[in-house]
Amino acid sequence: MKGNEALAEAAVRAGCRHYFGYPITPQNEIAAYMSKRLPKIGGVFIQAESEISAINMVYGCAAAGTRCMTSSSSPGISLKTEGISYLAGADLPCVIVNVQRGGPGLGSIQPSQADYWQATRALGHGDLRIPVLAPSTVQEMADMTGKAFDLADEYRAPVMILADGLLGQMMEPVSFPDIGNADEPRAKAVPKKWAAVGHGNSRGKNIINSLYLQPEKLEEKITERFKRYEEIKNKHAGAVSENCDGADIVIAAYGATARIARSAAETAREKGIKAGTFRPLTLYPFPEKELREACKTAKKVLVAEMSMGQMVDDVKLALECKLPVEFFGRTGGFIPGPGEILNKITEVT
Amino acid sequence: MTSEILIAGFGGQGILFAGKLLSYVGLIDGKEVSWLPSYGPAMRGGTCNCSVCVSDKPIGSPLVLNPDALIVMNAPSCDKFIGSVKEGGKAFIDSSFVGKERGDPRIDRYYIPATELARDNGLKGMANIIMLGKMIKETGLASFDAVKRAAEKTVPAGKADLVEANMRAIEIGAAN
Repeated sequence: MKGNEALAEAAVRAGCRHYFGYPITPQNEIAAYMSKRLPKIGGVFIQAESEISAINMVYGCAAAGTRCMTSSSSPGISLKTEGISYLAGADLPCVIVNVQRGGPGLGSIQPSQADYWQATRALGHGDLRIPVLAPSTVQEMADMTGKAFDLADEYRAPVMILADGLLGQMMEPVSFPDIGNADEPRAKAVPKKWAAVGHGNSRGKNIINSLYLQPEKLEEKITERFKRYEEIKNKHAGAVSENCDGADIVIAAYGATARIARSAAETAREKGIKAGTFRPLTLYPFPEKELREACKTAKKVLVAEMSMGQMVDDVKLALECKLPVEFFGRTGGFIPGPGEILNKITEVT
Repeated sequence: MTSEILIAGFGGQGILFAGKLLSYVGLIDGKEVSWLPSYGPAMRGGTCNCSVCVSDKPIGSPLVLNPDALIVMNAPSCDKFIGSVKEGGKAFIDSSFVGKERGDPRIDRYYIPATELARDNGLKGMANIIMLGKMIKETGLASFDAVKRAAEKTVPAGKADLVEANMRAIEIGAAN
Protein backbone atom coordinates (compact mmCIF):
# COMPACT_ATOMS: atom_id res chain seq x y z
CA MET A 1 0.00 0.00 0.00
CA LYS A 2 1.04 3.57 -0.55
CA GLY A 3 1.62 5.60 2.59
CA ASN A 4 -1.35 7.81 1.74
CA GLU A 5 -3.64 4.81 1.33
CA ALA A 6 -2.42 3.18 4.54
CA LEU A 7 -3.16 6.40 6.40
CA ALA A 8 -6.67 6.58 4.92
CA GLU A 9 -7.49 2.97 5.74
CA ALA A 10 -6.17 3.44 9.27
CA ALA A 11 -8.45 6.46 9.70
CA VAL A 12 -11.45 4.36 8.65
CA ARG A 13 -10.47 1.65 11.11
CA ALA A 14 -10.05 4.23 13.84
CA GLY A 15 -13.69 5.14 13.32
CA CYS A 16 -13.35 8.16 11.03
CA ARG A 17 -16.52 8.31 8.97
CA HIS A 18 -16.28 11.87 7.68
CA TYR A 19 -13.62 13.23 5.39
CA PHE A 20 -13.46 16.66 3.79
CA GLY A 21 -10.73 17.69 1.41
CA TYR A 22 -9.60 19.46 -1.70
CA PRO A 23 -7.17 17.91 -4.21
CA ILE A 24 -3.47 18.67 -4.09
CA THR A 25 -0.40 16.58 -4.96
CA PRO A 26 1.20 14.60 -3.28
CA GLN A 27 -1.67 13.62 -0.96
CA ASN A 28 -4.44 12.89 -3.48
CA GLU A 29 -4.53 9.17 -2.72
CA ILE A 30 -5.98 9.95 0.72
CA ALA A 31 -9.01 11.71 -0.73
CA ALA A 32 -9.31 9.18 -3.57
CA TYR A 33 -9.28 6.30 -1.10
CA MET A 34 -11.83 7.95 1.18
CA SER A 35 -14.12 8.74 -1.76
CA LYS A 36 -14.32 5.04 -2.58
CA ARG A 37 -14.32 3.69 0.95
CA LEU A 38 -16.52 5.95 3.06
CA PRO A 39 -19.80 5.84 1.07
CA LYS A 40 -19.74 2.03 1.31
CA ILE A 41 -19.73 2.02 5.11
CA GLY A 42 -22.24 4.76 5.77
CA GLY A 43 -19.64 7.52 5.90
CA VAL A 44 -19.44 10.86 4.17
CA PHE A 45 -16.82 12.02 1.68
CA ILE A 46 -17.02 15.58 0.43
CA GLN A 47 -14.69 17.25 -2.01
CA ALA A 48 -15.09 20.83 -0.90
CA GLU A 49 -14.71 23.84 -3.16
CA SER A 50 -11.54 24.89 -1.35
CA GLU A 51 -9.29 23.98 1.55
CA ILE A 52 -10.90 26.72 3.64
CA SER A 53 -14.29 25.17 3.16
CA ALA A 54 -12.97 21.70 3.92
CA ILE A 55 -11.50 22.75 7.28
CA ASN A 56 -14.74 24.52 8.22
CA MET A 57 -16.70 21.38 7.36
CA VAL A 58 -14.36 19.61 9.77
CA TYR A 59 -15.23 22.28 12.36
CA GLY A 60 -18.94 21.56 12.00
CA CYS A 61 -18.48 17.82 11.93
CA ALA A 62 -16.17 17.75 14.95
CA ALA A 63 -18.67 19.92 16.84
CA ALA A 64 -21.20 17.13 16.35
CA GLY A 65 -18.76 14.78 18.09
CA THR A 66 -17.84 12.41 15.26
CA ARG A 67 -14.34 11.39 14.24
CA CYS A 68 -13.42 13.39 11.17
CA MET A 69 -10.37 14.26 9.14
CA THR A 70 -9.00 16.50 6.44
CA SER A 71 -5.75 16.24 4.56
CA SER A 72 -3.74 18.48 2.29
CA SER A 73 -0.24 19.42 1.31
CA SER A 74 1.78 22.49 2.24
CA PRO A 75 0.06 25.36 0.35
CA GLY A 76 -3.32 23.85 1.18
CA ILE A 77 -2.44 23.65 4.88
CA SER A 78 -1.63 27.36 4.86
CA LEU A 79 -5.19 27.98 3.71
CA LYS A 80 -6.54 25.82 6.52
CA THR A 81 -4.72 27.59 9.33
CA GLU A 82 -7.55 30.00 10.16
CA GLY A 83 -9.89 27.04 10.62
CA ILE A 84 -7.32 25.13 12.65
CA SER A 85 -7.04 28.04 15.07
CA TYR A 86 -10.85 28.07 15.46
CA LEU A 87 -10.85 24.31 16.05
CA ALA A 88 -8.23 24.70 18.78
CA GLY A 89 -10.11 27.67 20.24
CA ALA A 90 -13.35 25.69 20.37
CA ASP A 91 -11.65 22.56 21.79
CA LEU A 92 -12.70 20.38 18.89
CA PRO A 93 -10.98 17.06 18.19
CA CYS A 94 -10.04 16.21 14.60
CA VAL A 95 -7.10 14.94 12.58
CA ILE A 96 -5.33 17.11 10.01
CA VAL A 97 -2.79 15.54 7.67
CA ASN A 98 -0.02 17.46 5.93
CA VAL A 99 1.83 15.47 3.26
CA GLN A 100 4.52 18.10 2.81
CA ARG A 101 5.72 19.37 -0.55
CA GLY A 102 8.12 22.15 -1.47
CA GLY A 103 7.46 25.77 -0.62
CA PRO A 104 7.19 28.70 -0.14
CA GLY A 105 4.27 29.61 -2.38
CA LEU A 106 3.28 26.82 -4.70
CA GLY A 107 6.88 25.60 -4.40
CA SER A 108 7.06 22.15 -5.96
CA ILE A 109 5.21 18.88 -5.69
CA GLN A 110 8.28 16.95 -4.56
CA PRO A 111 8.87 15.83 -0.95
CA SER A 112 9.90 18.40 1.64
CA GLN A 113 10.05 18.97 5.39
CA ALA A 114 9.86 22.72 5.21
CA ASP A 115 6.62 23.02 7.20
CA TYR A 116 8.14 22.01 10.54
CA TRP A 117 7.97 25.53 11.89
CA GLN A 118 4.43 25.98 10.67
CA ALA A 119 3.31 22.67 12.17
CA THR A 120 4.96 23.13 15.55
CA ARG A 121 4.59 26.89 16.00
CA ALA A 122 2.18 28.56 13.67
CA LEU A 123 -0.70 26.36 12.61
CA GLY A 124 -2.98 29.23 13.49
CA HIS A 125 -3.10 32.54 15.31
CA GLY A 126 -3.41 32.73 19.06
CA ASP A 127 -2.03 31.07 22.16
CA LEU A 128 -2.21 27.48 21.04
CA ARG A 129 -0.29 24.31 20.44
CA ILE A 130 -1.16 21.43 18.14
CA PRO A 131 0.18 17.94 18.83
CA VAL A 132 2.19 16.85 15.77
CA LEU A 133 3.03 13.23 14.99
CA ALA A 134 5.80 12.36 12.53
CA PRO A 135 5.64 8.97 10.79
CA SER A 136 8.72 7.55 9.13
CA THR A 137 7.39 4.38 7.49
CA VAL A 138 4.18 3.36 5.76
CA GLN A 139 3.38 1.25 8.83
CA GLU A 140 3.69 4.35 11.00
CA MET A 141 1.47 6.31 8.61
CA ALA A 142 -1.20 3.80 9.68
CA ASP A 143 -0.31 3.42 13.36
CA MET A 144 0.04 7.12 14.05
CA THR A 145 -3.31 7.85 12.43
CA GLY A 146 -5.00 5.62 14.99
CA LYS A 147 -3.04 7.34 17.73
CA ALA A 148 -3.87 10.80 16.38
CA PHE A 149 -7.63 10.16 16.64
CA ASP A 150 -7.26 8.88 20.21
CA LEU A 151 -5.14 11.87 21.24
CA ALA A 152 -7.57 14.30 19.62
CA ASP A 153 -10.54 12.85 21.49
CA GLU A 154 -8.74 12.51 24.79
CA TYR A 155 -7.50 16.10 24.83
CA ARG A 156 -10.23 17.73 22.72
CA ALA A 157 -7.68 19.16 20.33
CA PRO A 158 -6.88 19.12 16.62
CA VAL A 159 -3.93 16.78 16.01
CA MET A 160 -1.64 16.95 13.00
CA ILE A 161 0.16 14.16 11.17
CA LEU A 162 3.19 15.67 9.47
CA ALA A 163 4.25 13.40 6.62
CA ASP A 164 5.90 14.22 3.31
CA GLY A 165 5.58 13.36 -0.37
CA LEU A 166 8.05 10.49 -0.08
CA LEU A 167 6.09 8.72 2.66
CA GLY A 168 2.80 9.44 0.96
CA GLN A 169 3.84 8.07 -2.42
CA MET A 170 5.99 5.09 -1.46
CA MET A 171 4.68 1.58 -0.94
CA GLU A 172 5.72 -0.74 1.85
CA PRO A 173 4.02 -3.70 3.47
CA VAL A 174 1.58 -2.62 6.17
CA SER A 175 -0.70 -4.38 8.65
CA PHE A 176 -3.54 -2.97 10.73
CA PRO A 177 -3.95 -5.23 13.77
CA ASP A 178 -3.60 -2.49 16.38
CA ILE A 179 -6.02 -0.08 14.81
CA GLY A 180 -9.15 -2.23 14.50
CA ASN A 181 -11.28 -3.02 11.53
CA ALA A 182 -13.90 -1.04 9.68
CA ASP A 183 -16.90 -2.87 11.14
CA GLU A 184 -15.63 -2.54 14.65
CA PRO A 185 -13.61 0.66 14.82
CA ARG A 186 -11.67 0.96 18.00
CA ALA A 187 -14.07 2.22 20.59
CA LYS A 188 -11.51 4.08 22.63
CA ALA A 189 -13.37 7.28 21.88
CA VAL A 190 -14.19 9.22 25.01
CA PRO A 191 -17.93 9.97 25.45
CA LYS A 192 -18.48 13.43 24.00
CA LYS A 193 -20.94 15.04 26.36
CA TRP A 194 -20.00 18.42 24.99
CA ALA A 195 -21.07 17.63 21.41
CA ALA A 196 -23.67 19.83 19.76
CA VAL A 197 -26.15 17.14 18.72
CA GLY A 198 -29.91 16.87 19.04
CA HIS A 199 -31.07 15.77 22.49
CA GLY A 200 -34.83 16.44 22.60
CA ASN A 201 -34.54 18.90 25.52
CA SER A 202 -33.10 16.15 27.72
CA ARG A 203 -30.28 18.45 28.85
CA GLY A 204 -29.14 22.03 28.64
CA LYS A 205 -27.63 23.52 25.50
CA ASN A 206 -24.09 22.65 24.46
CA ILE A 207 -22.35 25.62 22.95
CA ILE A 208 -19.27 25.32 20.73
CA ASN A 209 -17.51 28.64 20.50
CA SER A 210 -14.08 30.20 20.28
CA LEU A 211 -15.07 33.79 21.15
CA TYR A 212 -14.52 34.98 24.71
CA LEU A 213 -14.91 38.72 24.99
CA GLN A 214 -14.09 38.87 28.70
CA PRO A 215 -10.35 38.68 29.30
CA GLU A 216 -10.88 36.67 32.52
CA LYS A 217 -12.82 34.00 30.68
CA LEU A 218 -10.36 33.76 27.81
CA GLU A 219 -7.35 33.63 30.08
CA GLU A 220 -9.00 30.94 32.15
CA LYS A 221 -9.81 28.94 29.03
CA ILE A 222 -6.29 29.21 27.62
CA THR A 223 -4.68 28.40 30.95
CA GLU A 224 -6.81 25.28 31.22
CA ARG A 225 -5.86 24.32 27.67
CA PHE A 226 -2.15 24.77 28.41
CA LYS A 227 -2.53 22.38 31.34
CA ARG A 228 -3.74 19.84 28.80
CA TYR A 229 -0.76 20.61 26.55
CA GLU A 230 1.50 20.05 29.55
CA GLU A 231 -0.11 16.67 30.17
CA ILE A 232 0.33 15.73 26.51
CA LYS A 233 3.99 16.70 26.87
CA ASN A 234 4.47 14.52 29.93
CA LYS A 235 2.58 11.52 28.64
CA HIS A 236 2.97 11.46 24.91
CA ALA A 237 6.32 12.93 23.84
CA GLY A 238 8.12 10.10 22.11
CA ALA A 239 11.30 9.24 20.23
CA VAL A 240 13.36 6.32 19.01
CA SER A 241 17.08 6.33 19.87
CA GLU A 242 19.37 3.76 18.32
CA ASN A 243 23.03 3.10 19.02
CA CYS A 244 23.24 6.23 21.17
CA ASP A 245 24.90 4.48 24.12
CA GLY A 246 28.53 5.53 23.94
CA ALA A 247 27.99 7.44 20.70
CA ASP A 248 30.32 10.31 19.80
CA ILE A 249 27.83 11.82 17.41
CA VAL A 250 24.04 11.62 17.38
CA ILE A 251 22.18 12.24 14.12
CA ALA A 252 18.74 13.69 14.75
CA ALA A 253 16.15 13.48 11.99
CA TYR A 254 12.42 12.87 11.66
CA GLY A 255 10.11 11.38 9.06
CA ALA A 256 11.55 10.25 5.74
CA THR A 257 14.94 11.83 6.44
CA ALA A 258 15.30 9.70 9.58
CA ARG A 259 15.34 6.54 7.42
CA ILE A 260 18.15 7.94 5.34
CA ALA A 261 20.05 9.17 8.40
CA ARG A 262 19.79 5.66 9.84
CA SER A 263 21.45 4.16 6.75
CA ALA A 264 24.15 6.84 6.86
CA ALA A 265 24.83 6.18 10.57
CA GLU A 266 25.10 2.47 9.90
CA THR A 267 27.78 3.02 7.26
CA ALA A 268 29.53 5.49 9.57
CA ARG A 269 29.69 2.81 12.28
CA GLU A 270 31.18 0.37 9.78
CA LYS A 271 33.88 2.98 9.20
CA GLY A 272 34.56 3.18 12.95
CA ILE A 273 32.64 6.36 13.77
CA LYS A 274 30.51 5.95 16.88
CA ALA A 275 27.27 7.30 15.42
CA GLY A 276 23.82 6.97 16.95
CA THR A 277 20.46 8.13 15.64
CA PHE A 278 17.62 9.99 17.31
CA ARG A 279 14.17 10.13 15.72
CA PRO A 280 11.35 12.14 17.28
CA LEU A 281 7.94 10.49 16.92
CA THR A 282 6.25 13.64 18.17
CA LEU A 283 7.40 17.07 16.97
CA TYR A 284 5.12 18.88 19.38
CA PRO A 285 5.68 17.99 22.12
CA PHE A 286 9.34 17.73 21.15
CA PRO A 287 10.95 14.81 23.05
CA GLU A 288 13.44 16.97 24.93
CA LYS A 289 14.17 14.58 27.78
CA GLU A 290 14.66 11.72 25.36
CA LEU A 291 17.08 13.78 23.27
CA ARG A 292 19.17 14.75 26.30
CA GLU A 293 19.26 11.08 27.32
CA ALA A 294 20.33 10.03 23.80
CA CYS A 295 23.10 12.64 23.75
CA LYS A 296 24.63 11.70 27.12
CA THR A 297 27.98 10.70 25.68
CA ALA A 298 27.80 12.61 22.40
CA LYS A 299 30.30 15.33 21.62
CA LYS A 300 28.24 16.63 18.76
CA VAL A 301 24.78 16.46 17.26
CA LEU A 302 24.01 16.52 13.55
CA VAL A 303 20.49 17.44 12.47
CA ALA A 304 19.38 16.36 8.99
CA GLU A 305 16.23 17.67 7.33
CA MET A 306 14.64 18.25 3.95
CA SER A 307 14.69 21.99 4.58
CA MET A 308 17.19 24.74 5.32
CA GLY A 309 17.01 23.82 9.01
CA GLN A 310 13.91 24.07 11.18
CA MET A 311 13.85 21.18 13.67
CA VAL A 312 17.43 22.16 14.42
CA ASP A 313 15.94 24.97 16.58
CA ASP A 314 14.12 22.50 18.81
CA VAL A 315 17.25 20.37 19.10
CA LYS A 316 19.23 23.41 20.28
CA LEU A 317 16.50 24.42 22.72
CA ALA A 318 16.32 20.91 24.15
CA LEU A 319 20.10 20.70 24.54
CA GLU A 320 20.25 24.21 26.02
CA CYS A 321 23.26 24.88 23.80
CA LYS A 322 25.40 22.48 25.82
CA LEU A 323 26.52 20.60 22.72
CA PRO A 324 27.57 21.87 19.31
CA VAL A 325 24.78 21.26 16.80
CA GLU A 326 25.61 20.83 13.11
CA PHE A 327 23.10 20.84 10.30
CA PHE A 328 22.71 19.16 6.91
CA GLY A 329 19.74 19.79 4.67
CA ARG A 330 18.51 19.55 1.11
CA THR A 331 15.58 21.58 -0.09
CA GLY A 332 13.61 22.33 -3.23
CA GLY A 333 12.38 18.75 -3.57
CA PHE A 334 15.70 16.95 -3.26
CA ILE A 335 15.81 13.89 -1.06
CA PRO A 336 19.18 13.68 0.68
CA GLY A 337 21.13 10.56 -0.19
CA PRO A 338 22.69 8.43 2.58
CA GLY A 339 26.07 9.27 1.02
CA GLU A 340 25.55 13.00 1.48
CA ILE A 341 24.66 12.60 5.14
CA LEU A 342 27.61 10.25 5.61
CA ASN A 343 29.94 12.87 4.12
CA LYS A 344 28.62 15.41 6.59
CA ILE A 345 29.11 12.98 9.49
CA THR A 346 32.70 12.38 8.39
CA GLU A 347 33.29 16.10 7.94
CA VAL A 348 32.12 17.07 11.42
CA THR A 349 33.66 14.19 13.43
CA MET B 1 21.98 -7.41 1.79
CA THR B 2 19.96 -4.78 -0.05
CA SER B 3 19.20 -4.97 -3.76
CA GLU B 4 18.34 -1.64 -5.31
CA ILE B 5 16.49 -1.72 -8.61
CA LEU B 6 15.53 1.17 -10.84
CA ILE B 7 12.97 0.72 -13.62
CA ALA B 8 12.51 3.53 -16.14
CA GLY B 9 10.79 4.25 -19.43
CA PHE B 10 7.77 6.05 -20.90
CA GLY B 11 4.54 6.44 -19.01
CA GLY B 12 2.19 3.71 -20.25
CA GLN B 13 4.85 1.01 -20.61
CA GLY B 14 3.94 -0.53 -17.27
CA ILE B 15 7.03 0.73 -15.48
CA LEU B 16 5.24 1.24 -12.18
CA PHE B 17 3.42 -2.10 -12.44
CA ALA B 18 6.66 -3.97 -13.09
CA GLY B 19 8.05 -2.39 -9.94
CA LYS B 20 4.98 -3.33 -7.95
CA LEU B 21 5.17 -6.92 -9.14
CA LEU B 22 8.83 -7.04 -8.16
CA SER B 23 8.02 -5.65 -4.70
CA TYR B 24 5.44 -8.36 -4.19
CA VAL B 25 7.98 -10.97 -5.23
CA GLY B 26 10.27 -9.69 -2.47
CA LEU B 27 7.41 -9.64 0.02
CA ILE B 28 6.54 -13.26 -0.79
CA ASP B 29 10.18 -14.20 -0.30
CA GLY B 30 9.93 -12.74 3.21
CA LYS B 31 12.09 -9.69 2.49
CA GLU B 32 11.70 -6.05 3.44
CA VAL B 33 10.54 -4.16 0.36
CA SER B 34 9.83 -0.60 -0.71
CA TRP B 35 8.48 0.91 -3.93
CA LEU B 36 8.73 4.57 -4.80
CA PRO B 37 7.39 6.09 -8.03
CA SER B 38 8.53 9.25 -9.70
CA TYR B 39 5.49 11.45 -9.52
CA GLY B 40 5.02 14.59 -11.44
CA PRO B 41 2.88 16.52 -13.87
CA ALA B 42 4.10 14.58 -16.93
CA MET B 43 2.96 11.03 -16.46
CA ARG B 44 1.40 9.65 -19.68
CA GLY B 45 3.89 9.70 -22.53
CA GLY B 46 6.49 11.43 -20.38
CA THR B 47 9.37 9.67 -18.74
CA CYS B 48 8.56 7.70 -15.68
CA ASN B 49 10.52 5.60 -13.22
CA CYS B 50 10.27 3.74 -9.97
CA SER B 51 12.70 2.62 -7.29
CA VAL B 52 12.39 -0.80 -5.69
CA CYS B 53 14.45 -1.95 -2.70
CA VAL B 54 14.53 -5.57 -1.57
CA SER B 55 16.46 -6.19 1.63
CA ASP B 56 17.08 -8.46 4.60
CA LYS B 57 16.91 -5.47 6.96
CA PRO B 58 14.66 -2.40 7.29
CA ILE B 59 15.05 -0.14 4.28
CA GLY B 60 16.57 3.30 4.75
CA SER B 61 16.14 5.49 1.72
CA PRO B 62 13.52 4.10 -0.67
CA LEU B 63 14.98 6.31 -3.38
CA VAL B 64 17.46 4.43 -5.57
CA LEU B 65 20.30 6.67 -6.70
CA ASN B 66 22.82 3.99 -7.71
CA PRO B 67 21.00 0.81 -8.72
CA ASP B 68 22.39 -2.72 -8.59
CA ALA B 69 20.05 -3.48 -11.46
CA LEU B 70 18.60 -1.04 -13.95
CA ILE B 71 15.78 -1.75 -16.40
CA VAL B 72 15.37 0.91 -19.09
CA MET B 73 12.71 0.85 -21.76
CA ASN B 74 13.45 4.01 -23.73
CA ALA B 75 16.44 5.99 -24.94
CA PRO B 76 16.06 9.09 -22.70
CA SER B 77 15.92 6.90 -19.57
CA CYS B 78 18.89 4.90 -20.77
CA ASP B 79 20.93 8.06 -21.26
CA LYS B 80 19.83 9.44 -17.92
CA PHE B 81 20.40 6.44 -15.70
CA ILE B 82 22.99 4.10 -17.19
CA GLY B 83 25.87 6.04 -15.69
CA SER B 84 24.36 5.70 -12.22
CA VAL B 85 24.52 1.88 -12.10
CA LYS B 86 26.87 0.57 -9.40
CA GLU B 87 30.16 -0.88 -10.54
CA GLY B 88 29.59 -4.56 -11.25
CA GLY B 89 25.86 -3.92 -11.56
CA LYS B 90 23.58 -4.95 -14.38
CA ALA B 91 21.62 -2.94 -16.93
CA PHE B 92 18.70 -4.40 -18.89
CA ILE B 93 17.91 -2.44 -21.99
CA ASP B 94 14.88 -2.76 -24.25
CA SER B 95 16.69 -2.77 -27.60
CA SER B 96 13.40 -2.19 -29.42
CA PHE B 97 13.77 1.43 -28.37
CA VAL B 98 17.44 1.86 -27.61
CA GLY B 99 19.42 1.36 -30.80
CA LYS B 100 23.11 1.80 -30.30
CA GLU B 101 25.34 0.34 -27.62
CA ARG B 102 25.47 2.50 -24.55
CA GLY B 103 26.97 2.51 -21.12
CA ASP B 104 30.43 1.79 -19.88
CA PRO B 105 32.17 -1.54 -19.47
CA ARG B 106 32.05 -1.35 -15.65
CA ILE B 107 28.64 -2.95 -15.78
CA ASP B 108 27.01 -5.94 -17.46
CA ARG B 109 24.62 -4.88 -20.19
CA TYR B 110 21.81 -7.02 -21.55
CA TYR B 111 19.95 -6.02 -24.70
CA ILE B 112 16.51 -7.56 -25.03
CA PRO B 113 14.11 -6.55 -27.84
CA ALA B 114 11.30 -6.82 -25.30
CA THR B 115 8.70 -4.74 -27.09
CA GLU B 116 9.19 -6.72 -30.33
CA LEU B 117 9.15 -10.02 -28.42
CA ALA B 118 5.91 -9.00 -26.73
CA ARG B 119 4.30 -8.14 -30.06
CA ASP B 120 5.50 -11.34 -31.79
CA ASN B 121 4.20 -13.50 -28.97
CA GLY B 122 0.78 -11.94 -28.68
CA LEU B 123 1.71 -10.28 -25.40
CA LYS B 124 1.29 -6.68 -26.43
CA GLY B 125 1.88 -4.34 -23.50
CA MET B 126 3.89 -6.90 -21.55
CA ALA B 127 7.38 -5.88 -22.61
CA ASN B 128 7.80 -4.66 -19.03
CA ILE B 129 7.27 -8.18 -17.69
CA ILE B 130 9.61 -9.67 -20.30
CA MET B 131 12.30 -7.26 -19.06
CA LEU B 132 11.54 -8.24 -15.48
CA GLY B 133 11.87 -11.94 -16.39
CA LYS B 134 15.32 -11.34 -17.82
CA MET B 135 16.37 -9.28 -14.82
CA ILE B 136 15.19 -11.87 -12.31
CA LYS B 137 16.97 -14.64 -14.20
CA GLU B 138 20.30 -12.81 -14.49
CA THR B 139 20.34 -11.44 -10.94
CA GLY B 140 18.88 -14.52 -9.24
CA LEU B 141 16.88 -12.10 -7.14
CA ALA B 142 13.93 -14.43 -6.71
CA SER B 143 12.47 -17.80 -7.64
CA PHE B 144 10.02 -18.11 -10.53
CA ASP B 145 7.58 -19.65 -8.07
CA ALA B 146 7.59 -16.45 -6.03
CA VAL B 147 7.03 -14.47 -9.24
CA LYS B 148 3.98 -16.59 -10.05
CA ARG B 149 2.51 -16.08 -6.60
CA ALA B 150 3.19 -12.36 -6.83
CA ALA B 151 1.46 -12.20 -10.22
CA GLU B 152 -1.56 -13.93 -8.73
CA LYS B 153 -1.64 -11.25 -6.04
CA THR B 154 -1.11 -8.18 -8.20
CA VAL B 155 -3.31 -9.08 -11.15
CA PRO B 156 -6.92 -8.00 -10.45
CA ALA B 157 -9.33 -10.89 -9.72
CA GLY B 158 -11.42 -10.22 -12.86
CA LYS B 159 -8.40 -10.68 -15.10
CA ALA B 160 -7.14 -14.05 -13.84
CA ASP B 161 -6.14 -15.10 -17.38
CA LEU B 162 -3.49 -12.38 -17.24
CA VAL B 163 -1.57 -14.33 -14.60
CA GLU B 164 -0.73 -16.94 -17.20
CA ALA B 165 0.17 -14.24 -19.74
CA ASN B 166 2.45 -12.60 -17.20
CA MET B 167 4.17 -15.89 -16.50
CA ARG B 168 4.67 -16.49 -20.23
CA ALA B 169 6.22 -13.04 -20.48
CA ILE B 170 8.54 -13.85 -17.56
CA GLU B 171 9.60 -17.08 -19.28
CA ILE B 172 10.21 -15.36 -22.62
CA GLY B 173 12.32 -12.78 -20.84
CA ALA B 174 14.34 -15.45 -19.05
CA ALA B 175 14.91 -17.37 -22.29
CA ASN B 176 16.27 -14.38 -24.25
